Amino acid sequence: MRKELVVGSNKQEKNKRKAMLENLKIVFHNGKQFIPNVRTATVPGIFRGRPIISGEKVNEAELIDLCPTDAISVNPVSIDLGKCTFCGECALRFPEKITFTKDYKLATNIPDRLVIREGEDKPVEVDPEKVRKEIHRVLGRSLKLRQISAGGDNSCEMELNAANNVMFDMSRFGIDFVASPRHADGIVITGPITVNMAEAVQICYDATPEPKIIVLVGTDAISGGLFAGSKAIDRSFLDKYPVDLYIPGNPAHPLTIVNGLLDLTRKLK
Amino acid sequence: MNYINIKNNQTILLSEIPESNYESFYDMNLELVLGHLNRHCVNYFGYKVGNNIKLICCIADDSTHDIKVSTCLVNKAHTLESFTPQLLCFEKFEREIHENFGIDFLNHPWLKPVRYAFNRYDKSQTIANYPFFSIDSEELHEVGVGPIHAGIIEPGHFRFICNGEQILHLEIQLGYQHRGIEQLFIEKKKLLQRATLAEAIAGDTVIGHGIAFAHVWESLCGFETTRDIEFSRTLASELERIAMHVSDLSGACTDIAYQLGSSVFGRLRTPIINYLQEWGGNRLAKGLIRPGRNQFPFTQVLADRLNKVLDIFEPDFNEMAEKLFALPSALSRFEHTGIVSHEDAISIGAVGMTARMTNLNRDIRTSHPYSLYPEIHHVPILKRHGDVYSRIQIRKEEVKQSIAYIRKLISEVPVQTSKGELLKTPEPGSFSLSLVEGWRGEICHCALTDKKGELMHYKIKDPSFHNWLALALSVRNNEISDFPICNKSFNFSYSGHDL
Repeated sequence: MRKELVVGSNKQEKNKRKAMLENLKIVFHNGKQFIPNVRTATVPGIFRGRPIISGEKVNEAELIDLCPTDAISVNPVSIDLGKCTFCGECALRFPEKITFTKDYKLATNIPDRLVIREGEDKPVEVDPEKVRKEIHRVLGRSLKLRQISAGGDNSCEMELNAANNVMFDMSRFGIDFVASPRHADGIVITGPITVNMAEAVQICYDATPEPKIIVLVGTDAISGGLFAGSKAIDRSFLDKYPVDLYIPGNPAHPLTIVNGLLDLTRKLK
Repeated sequence: MNYINIKNNQTILLSEIPESNYESFYDMNLELVLGHLNRHCVNYFGYKVGNNIKLICCIADDSTHDIKVSTCLVNKAHTLESFTPQLLCFEKFEREIHENFGIDFLNHPWLKPVRYAFNRYDKSQTIANYPFFSIDSEELHEVGVGPIHAGIIEPGHFRFICNGEQILHLEIQLGYQHRGIEQLFIEKKKLLQRATLAEAIAGDTVIGHGIAFAHVWESLCGFETTRDIEFSRTLASELERIAMHVSDLSGACTDIAYQLGSSVFGRLRTPIINYLQEWGGNRLAKGLIRPGRNQFPFTQVLADRLNKVLDIFEPDFNEMAEKLFALPSALSRFEHTGIVSHEDAISIGAVGMTARMTNLNRDIRTSHPYSLYPEIHHVPILKRHGDVYSRIQIRKEEVKQSIAYIRKLISEVPVQTSKGELLKTPEPGSFSLSLVEGWRGEICHCALTDKKGELMHYKIKDPSFHNWLALALSVRNNEISDFPICNKSFNFSYSGHDL
């Protein structure tokens, strides 16, 4: 009886084995895709990350006028990464004055650190002194986040998703996105916060248990970007609560996101 | 004949558009579309002229490759006969006109708000009290989802009426993403601001909307484009198509809990968007398309690099796609799920993949070709079943097709002839229209200038505008648990719809 059963399912067994071999082949061909060290990885090609502004004299009026979001100001010449759309137009027009480096570590908890000034070449960093104490203690090993797109154009949303794909693999650090604010340790907002989403943002934040953090991802979320001043935008939510982390970019690069969240929640060695 | 025939990307004087009273405007446009499969409405909108509203209707004819534009002056005192009972494809356009200007349409079946625009006519209507359909029955129940969804996606509200697990009806309420982008096109005066805005209409269709704006603007300014500029645009739009189709294949695998497909397709998007970064400095190609300029000239070095990227990408993609399409457990979830019939696709005016999956041949790359598409001789990929399987199949085959087009394109890199000189000011009192086949489907941008040549009105139509209704129809009589896979297989844009 027993023997017959085995014989009868021989074909099925073969098919199963074949399917498994095919799966293994796919896994083998795709190889190792994950980035072993997200702290030191380099990005390919030309990337517009942290800018450097030289002391070169240029027509400053023209430079200011060029910027689509008034991110550039003078005395000294500086770029506010919270407003910058990273279009790179200033670097193309004034290459001797402004260059964008491939440094993707742009996230900080201090708004002033987002401002890059003339002659400065220091990394944008999270100031550990200014991080609330309970963040390190409670969220240092596991961080569950609820994402709210509030007028985001789906570019930052896609990069947040990418931060969790097999390459950037943010969940290896215990950082995940969850489906309910009740399960979350904080909210991640993308987009300039539209009037029509303002109430939902508030409800979601209220539903998140304490201690909770607020993270803004992308230029639109940090300053409103090109939408600042639009009558369809309501940013009053951000006046009410402290923001714990700003992650600039248009959209923010997955490495900017991963490093920013790690800098915020882990004590730097 | 009270309309004017124009070509894609053509600028005409506003005064050249023949104006008629609403009755003849109505009869004529009805006759143009009704029963003509080769014609559909690409844009229908209004703008204020003093106390009156001027309506502009653009009907594209796919066989003669022209667009029939007509206009008509109405005001709020009029109650207009609605196109919708005869032509469902006018449904959203009329709701939009009603929402913006308070014009009533007689016999419109559901004259509900579209997106609760900040400058809507009736501000007493708010997004919190959208008038949903409901049925009083002890056996039926309603399920509300959103605006915030479980994953990392844009907001929208879905209201299901279900009989047990079975969906009887789905109503989709949008507007949460409304940023007032059309108004910002008028307010922001710098060209760079407008080009950046165009890239933010839908951040997943940066190149599609970027090209539509560039073409409309260049046409208004009388700019003669060069081969190298259009080469870059064609190439970029096919790369975007590959990246997004692969991403959607990954999403479809996620929604049927097929981990291998989800991971492999998910990671296969990366080499393509990383290549866009190598070319233009941004993974989603923001900053690559600029009106009148070749911002990042394509070189032979970049061409060789792209060939290498595709050489590695192609076998991995094919292997995974073959596996997925031979996997019984995956196919059983895809086949006969979320069907939209050919007739329904015609009646709602579906465009892009949503039309092509039901054997409705709508593809701007062949019907109103632009950039280098006239020489590519694109043959649209058509499927017949209108189910999730057809939508997934189109994606797989379009990825392969795009790779072939790209390989052909980059075998001959054009010399840079564009000089990047400043564009002239736009023609005063003009109307310009641009159609682009983005990866989702037909994008239409219309621009109108005033007597001084300043932008007076800007109208954007993302393919999702008419297509969202296809999702609502597709889930009828399906299990509610199949909603995610139906939704993902379409993957419409929220921000492109809400503007």
